[in-house]
Amino acid sequence: MTFWRKLVPHPWLSLFLFGVWQLLMNDLSPATLAAGALLALGIPFLTRRFWPDPPRLQKPFVALKLLWRVIGDIIAANWQVALLILGPVKKLRPAFVCYPLALTDPFAISVLASIISLTPGTVTADVSPDHQTLLIHVLDVADERELISTIRTRYEQPLLEVFPCSKTSS
Amino acid sequence: MDISFWVDAVVAALILTGSLFALIGSIGLWKLPDFFMRLHGPTKATTLGVGSLVIGSLVYFSSRGEGLSLHELLITLFLFITAPVSAHLLAKAAMHQRVGRIEKTKGRIWPQ
Repeated sequence: MTFWRKLVPHPWLSLFLFGVWQLLMNDLSPATLAAGALLALGIPFLTRRFWPDPPRLQKPFVALKLLWRVIGDIIAANWQVALLILGPVKKLRPAFVCYPLALTDPFAISVLASIISLTPGTVTADVSPDHQTLLIHVLDVADERELISTIRTRYEQPLLEVFPCSKTSS
Repeated sequence: MDISFWVDAVVAALILTGSLFALIGSIGLWKLPDFFMRLHGPTKATTLGVGSLVIGSLVYFSSRGEGLSLHELLITLFLFITAPVSAHLLAKAAMHQRVGRIEKTKGRIWPQ
């Protein structure tokens, strides 16, 4: 087991690189499959020192469900924000909102920050130096508490399940 | 009416939707009053705008009989990785420079 762990230090990264290589070459011939496998094994092995503490992905199905939900939310939120932009500017209620993080793993925090930035209407502006708060700029917000609880239940709870990080943090 | 008509219709609809959202994103960039609000325009255009264009391209090239063409998905993947990072850096730079924001903005930024 430890032998395989050393040879394939980051199985998910390897799988990801393999998939990206097939998409880049846009075909599935034996040659590209072999080259993809070589790269998927070689790159994580050669760069393993840059990934000292890999986040462990658990419950991949929760991750897939979250991905599906984020795509749906992006489509829904795009329509809302499009209407906001085309409507009168005076009605917009912009705000900076401090979001208290429950996540502790740096990778998981950056995933959450990216999700917040990708869903229109909210942009992650900063993360506090102690990694406990996100500063979010919102284009139009009626109730900050509602926004915080929406992010908490829709995105952060699934992420907490996918990256069980509170245990690994010191 | 054969199948290629419907493929063309779907591709046209996707490209129009994509262009529409890119346009609305640009209108936001032009119309919104302060830097932080303008930041929301481009993040819109890169998600649904480029997403629709990419799916349109995917459907078009996959329907040409030369097999499935999926490498357009990489554009979406790379955008989804890079767009939040650039938005974050722009916002951070603006806060560092103490770029003005319109008065009714609620909440405050913390000292940089």
